[in-house]
Amino acid sequence: MKSAVLVFPGINRERDMARALRLASGHEPAMVWHAETSLPKDTDLVVVPGGFSYGDYLRCGAIAARAPVMDAVRAFAAQGGLVLGVCNGFQILCEGGLLPGVLMRNARLKFICRDVHLRVERSDTPFTRGYNAGQIIRVPVAHGEGNYEADEETLKRLEGEGRVLYRYCAADGAVDERANINGAAHAIAGIVNEAGNVLGMMPHPENHVEDIMGCTDGRGLFAGLVAHLERAA
Amino acid sequence: MKARVTVTLKSGILDPQGKAIEGALKSLGVDGVASVRQGKVFDIELSGSDTAKAEAALKDAADKLLANTVIENYRVEVLS
Repeated sequence: MKSAVLVFPGINRERDMARALRLASGHEPAMVWHAETSLPKDTDLVVVPGGFSYGDYLRCGAIAARAPVMDAVRAFAAQGGLVLGVCNGFQILCEGGLLPGVLMRNARLKFICRDVHLRVERSDTPFTRGYNAGQIIRVPVAHGEGNYEADEETLKRLEGEGRVLYRYCAADGAVDERANINGAAHAIAGIVNEAGNVLGMMPHPENHVEDIMGCTDGRGLFAGLVAHLERAA
Repeated sequence: MKARVTVTLKSGILDPQGKAIEGALKSLGVDGVASVRQGKVFDIELSGSDTAKAEAALKDAADKLLANTVIENYRVEVLS
């Protein structure tokens, strides 16, 4: 799996992401500066990592979404290329029109930095095939604006088309108000686009991939992507 | 030429910041506050003197960057 990790000023999770990708695939990811107008040849996966691009000025992800490299990402995605956006990356993909909806201020206004549980809603996608449908995983979140919102019509479509891949839940898998840490509509933690090749999620699977991190539940996402690409090759 | 773009949340969109400000105003004893919705103001200086052109450019700016039209409305005013 040849991956490209985008780097914007203010991003700070790109090295964690690169490390997780390297561990999963055995390949060194390319770090791609925001001013580039193309992606490295033969890129299999583009990752928009977390952080605070442009200091979250204007709206989280708004300025990064208009960076030159994003035109290349849009073209890559339009051809079916896999794109993963985590945290600020999710915000950037929404602002850039690659995913519907918007990430609003957390309902209880606090920045939330802790482990959460997610329910993997289906396993038959490139982004979830490393898990079983219904599996509960534990991964960290660190965000102040992760409250996913979209209009009723969009939410209905996301649910109807099975595009909600990750949902906040309690340790036992129950989806309730308490487990929905940021107040997201339908407790949405991660969604894919209509074609299913672009995933945005608020939690950080890249921070739970090694024993030293205390948990390896995030590995499945990366292992699944590697398996998907090997099978496609 | 001076202009102002005002960006506000669409009605029906939850505004937790506005709610917090509303709560703070009430606890400060400011009378008669029924509700607060917060937004952004951009004061922009433009070269040239064609008002219609300026309005078109500001609308373009708002659509492309200043507002996220999924959740926000905007208003463009050329002030002088």
